[in-house]
Amino acid sequence: MRIVPFLISTAVTVGLVFALNQRLTISGSKTPRFGGFLSPQKGFWKNAEPADENFSIELKSPLLQDKVDVYLDERLVPHVFAQNEHDVYFVQGYLHAKFRLWQMEFQTHAAAGRISELIGGKKGNVSVLDRSDRKFRRLGMGWAAEKSLRVAEANPDSKAVLDAYRDGANYYIENLLPENYPVEYKLLDYAPEKWTNLKSILFAKYMAYDLAGFDEDFEMTNAKTFLTQTQLDKIYPYGQDSLDPIIPKGTVYDKPGIALQIPATADSLYFDFKDSVAINQTKPNPANGSNNWAVAGSKTASGKPILCCDPHLGLNLPSIWFELQLHTPQWNVYGVSFPGAPGIEYGINDSIAWGETNAGRDVRDYYAIRFKDDSQKEYWFNGEWKTTEWRIDTIKVRDEPDFIDSIPMTIFGPVMFEKRYADKLKSNKAYAVRWKAHDASNELVMFVKLARAKDYSGYLDAIQSLECPGQNVVFASKSGDIAMWCQGAFPARWKGQGDYVMPGEDSSYLWQGIIPQNENPHMMNPVRGFVSSANQLPADINNYPYYLAGSYDLYRGIIINKKLTAMDSIVPTDMQQMQTDNYNIFAATILPLLLKNVYDSTLKPNELKYVQMLRNWNYRSDPQETAPTVFKLLNAHLEALVWNDDINDRSVLPLPNPHRYTLNEALLKDTAFAFIDDRNTPQKETLKDVVLAALKASAVDLDSIQAAGTELAYAKYKATGVSHLMRLAPFNRTNLGIGGGTHIINAATKDHGPSWRMIVHLTEKTEAFGVYPGGQNGNPGSKFYDNFIDTWAEGKYYQLWIMTDAETKDPRVKWKMSFSKG
Amino acid sequence: MKFIVSLILTGLLAFGLGGYLDWWSIAIAAFVVAALIPQRPLLAWLSGFLGLFLLWGGLSFFINEKNGGLFAAKIAGILPLGGNVILLMLVTALVGALVAGFAALSGSYLRKRKA
Repeated sequence: MRIVPFLISTAVTVGLVFALNQRLTISGSKTPRFGGFLSPQKGFWKNAEPADENFSIELKSPLLQDKVDVYLDERLVPHVFAQNEHDVYFVQGYLHAKFRLWQMEFQTHAAAGRISELIGGKKGNVSVLDRSDRKFRRLGMGWAAEKSLRVAEANPDSKAVLDAYRDGANYYIENLLPENYPVEYKLLDYAPEKWTNLKSILFAKYMAYDLAGFDEDFEMTNAKTFLTQTQLDKIYPYGQDSLDPIIPKGTVYDKPGIALQIPATADSLYFDFKDSVAINQTKPNPANGSNNWAVAGSKTASGKPILCCDPHLGLNLPSIWFELQLHTPQWNVYGVSFPGAPGIEYGINDSIAWGETNAGRDVRDYYAIRFKDDSQKEYWFNGEWKTTEWRIDTIKVRDEPDFIDSIPMTIFGPVMFEKRYADKLKSNKAYAVRWKAHDASNELVMFVKLARAKDYSGYLDAIQSLECPGQNVVFASKSGDIAMWCQGAFPARWKGQGDYVMPGEDSSYLWQGIIPQNENPHMMNPVRGFVSSANQLPADINNYPYYLAGSYDLYRGIIINKKLTAMDSIVPTDMQQMQTDNYNIFAATILPLLLKNVYDSTLKPNELKYVQMLRNWNYRSDPQETAPTVFKLLNAHLEALVWNDDINDRSVLPLPNPHRYTLNEALLKDTAFAFIDDRNTPQKETLKDVVLAALKASAVDLDSIQAAGTELAYAKYKATGVSHLMRLAPFNRTNLGIGGGTHIINAATKDHGPSWRMIVHLTEKTEAFGVYPGGQNGNPGSKFYDNFIDTWAEGKYYQLWIMTDAETKDPRVKWKMSFSKG
Repeated sequence: MKFIVSLILTGLLAFGLGGYLDWWSIAIAAFVVAALIPQRPLLAWLSGFLGLFLLWGGLSFFINEKNGGLFAAKIAGILPLGGNVILLMLVTALVGALVAGFAALSGSYLRKRKA
């Protein structure tokens, strides 16, 4: 043995292995462990799924009660045939984990405020700890999930379903070798945990955040410091006149079940109180909305109802949806599910179909808390010092010491913002948050019951469990009924309650009750032959007895109702065309007035060219059109010119943007709308002046867009894409070349839009169509990762195959998973 | 002959151990083979190097073919390889080869007595 060379070469070997077994820091971010990551037996190569992968498998688990057969079709949609409810949810948990494990765990880690644990406290210059983990924890997500879990586990129905789902997911996780972990685990270098019921509840709370976590209370509070009540009413009006609410005007409502007491101090301490808030928080996308409608047999060619849904959410990969069929001897349901939660959210069973749109109601308020001293041990409430309770959160931060956050808890809820968190201007003020999602609720029961529901009464019984996020739940049945409930548990508010930060020193500003569910706006089998919702106001504010604070859209609802009113002898392809329609009613409403205020003699040739594009436009935001690009910029500049001098330029604090429709509606009523004038100039600007200025500014933008090499064709400019949750470019799909956009039925913006288009024709043998922008397999190394995206982008659909147990030999069955007890 | 046998044995043993142990078991495979089959150090290094170069290169080539080149192109875009799949396979093969080469060298020095 030659000692010295041996030692040298051994040192080199050990050094190489050691270096290749480390995460290296390269330009601020951590690499995977290259040795393991590159190994064809351990690393990413293992995730490169063979194009002819065989998904057939035989599995045994002692936790199963009976045998279960899963038939996977050519789109990798599982059709699960179980003998009982326990086993069907066990297998759903297994399938979610098998195809979507990383995403379901990552999203629930986000909800729990545990992302720093995976990726460290910072990503580039962004504090993951502050922006994500502390935010969710201080909002009370974990606290709320623990409360809801206690309720869900006390209910035998939901406990059984949660347990079965958890066991199925864990059956997969426990048998998963590290080399077969989803590639994201390998990139970030961590291992999956076991699934728990709490994680399923955390997912539900995450959806509550995404759909019912938007408000502008701080922004409105700041606007109130320099705008008069009259100005506020004009810029941020409550309930637009021309609104076409979900439940049509003229509907009569009973006297409210709750009599509300406006606080005696409301004027002095609330409405007229001028105090600003220096908190700038990140929020869910306010465009998280949807369309849904159902037409009765009186309007269809077949005489049977047709139900349509398309939830608008962030466009991500792996998709938020997983498509599947669950079949037991008692019931049979097909639709899309959330990886992370048992049940089917948008579904079709043998008797009914249903789907949701977001209610958009404001269910989150803030209260200014007065602490006795810096220790925050006591706060003033109802004339005495009350003892603060504390929630001490230990946040694990990867490669760093734990971060310990102390959250003061008050009678209102957690003190989300205070000296410890997000108080950038060191104002030393403290704001507690009261959010409906804090209350224990059990939405899972709704989906369990909808799967079993046979008719309207089954649907009505099921949706009683829906509290937060509030949803407009559309319904149609084979027996010919259609219905819509604007459902949820909504605080009964006095007018203006919660629009601004409220005083937190006594009980008079607390929510005084929840609107009784039977008083939620609803309708069944209306004479007009259809029900619809598109995130507009649920009811006419002049008739409905409760204050409907919230964030609503206006135009999609109007165009949907207009189209449905005009249609007759409807067939499913009509509905497909309608769901993918690019008519821009927003532009059609206002552009003629703007063009009337354009004078060609004031324009340069390039500006005139853009005006001509607008004049020749058919108001369709189709991919190849250039006018929608011109209009989008013109509208943005017009809004900035009208509002900035009145709002944004007057404060450095966060301020609310007026709704997109406010200016339109104001101009249509009065072209001398007072806010057109720039308050910083001596002369009085008119509509003609601002339209000209907006046109000139748009022309500069349009010229530079083209100079930079981008075409003006709308799809090129908009560049809709679907991004991987880790935002790794090669895992994204970009530039999909589609039209549509905000206020358009086909609501596809750059990164947001129709996440599941579904059309159900409730004929004796159900005829259904659907598509989502993703694929069934969450593995970016699988051809099933994004194989639906092109179909979706083309506005096409798949025929949904609701398989029967007589069709097990059908050629569409490509693979079979057999589960048995053992 | 010894060279070819060492090379093949290294590849086979590395593949076998890889089914049970972590990725660094390739070093054990190369070390053991070189310690059992006496070769001059340079040849031992080369047989370890080539054994793993061919194993990891071959496996990644085979996997990539079955996958239709779908995934390697994405990973070669995440790593700074400009989306070049051939380069990714070369890097893969080279990493395995380097570790195994030096492990084999150690193995041969363990065995070889000073003349």
